[in-house]
Amino acid sequence: MSETAKSPPDAEEESTAEETTADDAASEADDGATPVTDGSTAIVRALENGGVEHAFGVQGGAIMPVYDALWDSDIEHITMAHEQGAAHAADAYGVVANEPGIALATSGPGATNLVTGIADANMDSDAMLALTGQVPSDMVGSDAFQETDTTGVTMPITKHNWFASSADTIGDTVGEAFALSESGRPGPTLVDLPKDVSFEETDNQPGEPELPAGQEPPTTADEEDIDAAARAIERAEKPLLLLGGGVIKAEASDTAREFAREHGIPVVTTMPGIGSYPEDDELCLSWAGMHGTGYANMAITHTDCLIGVGTRFDDRLTGGIDTFAPEAEVVHIDIDPAEISKNIHADYPCIGDAGTVLDQLTEEMDREPDAREWREQCATWKEEYPMDYSVDKDAPLRPEFIVEAFDEATDDNTIVTSGVGQHQMWASQYWEFTEPRTWVSSHGLGTMGYGLPATIGARFAADDDQDVVCFDGDGSFLMTIQELSVAVRENLDITVAVLNNEYVGMVRQWQDAFFEGRHMASEYNWMPEFDKLAEAFGAKGWRVNDYDEVADTVEAALDYDGPSVIDFHIDPDANVYPMVASGAPNGKFALSEDQL
Amino acid sequence: MTENQQGLQGPRPEERPHPDGRRNSQGIRIDPEVEAEPDSRTAMISALVEHEPGVLARIAGLFSRRQFNIESLTVGPTTVEGNARLTLIVEEPEPGIDQAKKQLAKLKPVISVGELENRPIRSELVLLKVNGDEPDKVQAVTEMYDGETLDAGPETITVQLTGEYDEIEDALDAYRQFGIIEIARTGPTALARGETPTTPGEKPAAEATAVGVETDGGTETDGSGAGDATDASESQAETTN
Repeated sequence: MSETAKSPPDAEEESTAEETTADDAASEADDGATPVTDGSTAIVRALENGGVEHAFGVQGGAIMPVYDALWDSDIEHITMAHEQGAAHAADAYGVVANEPGIALATSGPGATNLVTGIADANMDSDAMLALTGQVPSDMVGSDAFQETDTTGVTMPITKHNWFASSADTIGDTVGEAFALSESGRPGPTLVDLPKDVSFEETDNQPGEPELPAGQEPPTTADEEDIDAAARAIERAEKPLLLLGGGVIKAEASDTAREFAREHGIPVVTTMPGIGSYPEDDELCLSWAGMHGTGYANMAITHTDCLIGVGTRFDDRLTGGIDTFAPEAEVVHIDIDPAEISKNIHADYPCIGDAGTVLDQLTEEMDREPDAREWREQCATWKEEYPMDYSVDKDAPLRPEFIVEAFDEATDDNTIVTSGVGQHQMWASQYWEFTEPRTWVSSHGLGTMGYGLPATIGARFAADDDQDVVCFDGDGSFLMTIQELSVAVRENLDITVAVLNNEYVGMVRQWQDAFFEGRHMASEYNWMPEFDKLAEAFGAKGWRVNDYDEVADTVEAALDYDGPSVIDFHIDPDANVYPMVASGAPNGKFALSEDQL
Repeated sequence: MTENQQGLQGPRPEERPHPDGRRNSQGIRIDPEVEAEPDSRTAMISALVEHEPGVLARIAGLFSRRQFNIESLTVGPTTVEGNARLTLIVEEPEPGIDQAKKQLAKLKPVISVGELENRPIRSELVLLKVNGDEPDKVQAVTEMYDGETLDAGPETITVQLTGEYDEIEDALDAYRQFGIIEIARTGPTALARGETPTTPGEKPAAEATAVGVETDGGTETDGSGAGDATDASESQAETTN
């Protein structure tokens, strides 16, 4: 406490206060809490108060004081190769752990590199707290070295962001940002931390993370709304539950399962809602939307009462608005009032927590909808439009086969992550998901390169007995491949399956369908050999070309205790179907290119 | 592993049954025979906000990125220290106005949002500089519209007008004959009529206290007024089209 010695002799009260703090700090340090002496230690202490155990980031000038404070903290910091990786890792960590993931970066390029990851978390309503260094307060606005208006840049992609102005309040601000991020409809928050404020002395102990005033989310829905919605469900003949990502975020998967089974209502999910309902259940029709199953899209087209829970009716789900669930009265349960009637008019809005509102509805309902025929119809569609693909053992590998091989070789609690593109669709179509928080992907923003860093984040949040498998595309993998260095350094037990077709495959598929096969900027005439590249990073690598190598290689990669990469050379012409063309009716999904 | 291995099967799109129902672009179910796109309307929205740095940028950014058509925006202090009132004029079809209000309410610094319906009291202040060649005639027009002459020189006369949009437009028409050189308009601001609070739950500041103090439902006649809220010094008007 050399700073105490510097106190002027007449500041008796102040020095007494500091001694008390030092004593407190000493006793608290025993439980591993960081003693607060300045802005940086207050920030770290606020994170500890929130129960943070891991943080992902990259060092740099303006954030150095905060990193220095982390030196003494029990928080484990994972140094990523690039800030985008830190943001995706934090996002995925938050998805799996059900708490805000923490991303750290310095000012300027550090902060702007986070932007893609923050935007991704924002689109998928993922809890995440970004802490960015900033140039000292008196230099802000002067175009100083590595200065960016970070709060300005991230304003449209955060739930809220803060510019920290004083060390005395910085800890509580970080606590507010942490609490706001995970409350209600989750989303990313950011606190910009000028270097001088991080250095500034303070003995203000931040408390437990607390929501800012007036930000408490709604819980129970209005009784009149519940009454009206319950009546609508009771009289429905073709009711359909549409479970979105909000069900998982609200930890309402169990309640949703009970609701569907008790009332005999078939279920479709959105892509972010994958895992909220077991796909092997007879009521489940898997996910609807652009590349959803034929039977889910038939059901959503013909339902007369669509009960959307925690979904924002994204355009990849709805297809053309004019033909979306055209016969359905819509019950919309959401914690965010602004989602009600934003894209699809809600006849029966119920604003509140997903699980609580479903329980309210069950409580209010006097009878089950008479839906026997409808359930039979849904079962018929399942048989009529099976998710299937043909395998020719002498032809190049089918990607679906690889996804299924991994699914067979792993437990139900395995976490699947993905990049963005065709491989993402095959993974989500052909993996049979049964548990929430086992599908981690970039849905709303569609960020190629999400896969590997998300896998790293998910690995840190996963239980030891959970496998973490990433399906990636060759193009997507190459966008953030440098994060393999982190996986090796941390010796993470992860498996990356690259479905390599030497194309930006989804673009190639669209060019074939809509641009007369003109493969502008979608063909790679050379791709690195990912098995060798993996070995160069220090990971284990394989290359697989043939069907008879698949099972053994999958087994070997899963058994390998560390990061492993399998470069599967798949059929370069494999396409993703079913497909609802952009803006087309869901019920007119194409089963092949000639049906588009 | 798949048993059939035949690839995707099933009736072709045109062979499947399709319901006849339709929705309009707002996602509302409509009779497909009747065209039913809702008309735009103009709404006056008042929002009570915490007057913190960046609050205007947050609101302007929200309206811009969600493409809400905003005609004017004014900001000024209220009776509560640290709060400010925003008055916005938005032109949108009905669901868009509702969306704008709800998105506005989601912003953390926004305390409450209300739409001013049923003939709110609204007014705008305009400064205009006209050619000073005919001072008597200018004076007559100014008197007719209850304006005030703020500056009269040999070349120009500067006048202040207040009133509702239509009155202001009429007055400006009358001044055109002299040659208008410059105009500055604040954009309209408004309060709800009578005892209705302008935004839901809004209460005046209790005696020299700040936010969060319980009062019993707007019955107080606290005369503290806007002059107390000196922190909310930022006042800004913006007119776009």
